[in-house]
Amino acid sequence: MKTSSYTSTWVKMAIIIGIILLFAAPFLKIYPVFLMSMMCFALFAASFNLLLGYVGLLSFGHAAFFGGGAYIAGYATKTWGFSPEISVILGGLAGALLGVGMGYLAIQRKGIYFSMITLALSQMVFFIAVQAPFTGGEDGLQPIPRGKLFGIVSLESNNAIYFFVLAVFITGIFALWRVVNSPFGQVLKAIREHEPRAISLGYDVHRYKLIAFTMSAAMTGVAGGLKALVTQIASLTDITWQTSGEVILMTILGGIGTVFGPILGAGLVKSLEDHLASIGFPVPVLIGIIFVACVLLFRRGIIGELEHFLSRKKT
Amino acid sequence: MTVEIILECKELTKTFLGFTAVKNVSLQVRQGSIHALIGPNGAGKTTVFNLLTKFLTPSSGTILFCGEDVSHEKPAQIARKGLVRSFQISATFPHLTVLENVRVALQRKAGLATQFWQSDKVLNKLNIRAAELVEAVNLAQYMNTKAVDLSYGRKRALEIATTLALDPKVILLDEPMAGMGHEEIDRVVALIRQAAIGRTVLMVEHNLSVVSNLCDTITVLQRGEIIAEGDYRTVSSDLRVREAYMGSEAAHA
Ligand SMILES: Nc1ncnc2c1ncn2[C@@H]1O[C@H](COP(=O)(O)OP(=O)(O)OP(=O)(O)O)[C@@H](O)[C@H]1O
Ligand SMILES: [Mg+2]
Repeated sequence: MKTSSYTSTWVKMAIIIGIILLFAAPFLKIYPVFLMSMMCFALFAASFNLLLGYVGLLSFGHAAFFGGGAYIAGYATKTWGFSPEISVILGGLAGALLGVGMGYLAIQRKGIYFSMITLALSQMVFFIAVQAPFTGGEDGLQPIPRGKLFGIVSLESNNAIYFFVLAVFITGIFALWRVVNSPFGQVLKAIREHEPRAISLGYDVHRYKLIAFTMSAAMTGVAGGLKALVTQIASLTDITWQTSGEVILMTILGGIGTVFGPILGAGLVKSLEDHLASIGFPVPVLIGIIFVACVLLFRRGIIGELEHFLSRKKT
Repeated sequence: MTVEIILECKELTKTFLGFTAVKNVSLQVRQGSIHALIGPNGAGKTTVFNLLTKFLTPSSGTILFCGEDVSHEKPAQIARKGLVRSFQISATFPHLTVLENVRVALQRKAGLATQFWQSDKVLNKLNIRAAELVEAVNLAQYMNTKAVDLSYGRKRALEIATTLALDPKVILLDEPMAGMGHEEIDRVVALIRQAAIGRTVLMVEHNLSVVSNLCDTITVLQRGEIIAEGDYRTVSSDLRVREAYMGSEAAHA
């Protein structure tokens, strides 16, 4: 007990320092657009992890929600002139809507079949995005204006939008953390641990899975919408299966079923990609190497291995 | 005839791709009894359990629970009505603690299963009841141990505590003592006796000495069919049972 409260003190301190650093970042001359898109992907990975880490469902179609959220939020600001907060919410709704449909079909199956259904359905969403007139085809939607927050504060400058993104990011992570550590989250964990047993205790596991899937998709849509405003573009890249694969990698690298793993994973993958692209190293090669290293060397991911190490030390 | 039949199935049949695992099984379980289902390996005992709890859909036949036709209910619904099963391979939530395992079972009835906006600290109000159940199966000192770290026997005890947390009318136990030593068996027998007070138990068990002094009624299954039924003396003197059962026992040795 003593050691665990000791480690949780460390965790609390790390969170506080992290938040302070994020607030201070614009004054430290860190390239803000990069940091903001990192936060979008971190929120994306954390949402994805709600499913993989806490329900045990590996979705291979989450780019559909990310891209869907980006397109809808982009369209709402660009064409309808909606303010950014409304657009991001609409992005979340788009994710939720797609999530209910895809989730309903996918949860009828388990394991690899579940993953394959999510992949197939997300490819359908991809083809709709290619064909539909409002997505701008190959070019995507651009440039997306960032608009005025609540119709008042202009977010056109990077510093202004930075704090908006930070607020949404912190709220989103907090919401996910709350869900995971709630009575509902406890039932999700039980389903992940032993589904037939959860059924035999009287839980309608389909209902729980569908709710979790929809929540995950909704928050992914929020992350996508946010990303569209930050980078001012919503394009086919956001919705490809490679993006679905990337978020899996981020989550596995950081640590499945840990709150901070996906955030760290997203930060690392995005930084590495950015760095390597600038020196001309082929990024897919690196992604492959990281993936193999995770599977072979540290299956729990970075945060997962760390937690494991600390809990072993405790006993 | 005032004896009440709490669980009954009529001509239950299950076919897997042309192979009939359970064939015209009609079973009546009296309220308040401890009823055993025995038979050699592969006789179809687990399949009968899966059918009764709707984990498998019967090819034909009906299931009545408390006089109500439940043949078309979903497994979770059956559980909510009070017919709760355990599993042949011990089924706990490995990375939850012993206390949490039992608490998960209490959550639903307490109306604390869907709140995603609340802190899981609200579940602490279930701790007292959960701890009672854990103590009742002698696991008090493992309250905060993860289920995965328990010995096999203790996992089974935890499973029983979790099942009892639902306060079911009928408990189905699939080989609750398989793989246990003598002392552990005695402990689980005592547990089942205690659990059976005010309840009905239907159990699969291979250990005949346990069955003989624990169970009121025994049904013998062989190749998916019932070949004998009655108390231990009736069943054990049945020629077909001796042949089928002892034959397989001999084959084991
Ligand atoms: N899902 C399934 N698909 C195909 N065959 C199955 C399935 N489940 C069970 N069987 C077959 O049905 C028969 C009965 O199996 P069951 O598990 O019910 O036996 P059992 O009496 O519980 O045996 P044991 O004492 O070994 O637990 C076996 O031959 C088994 O191979
Ligand atoms: Mg069996």
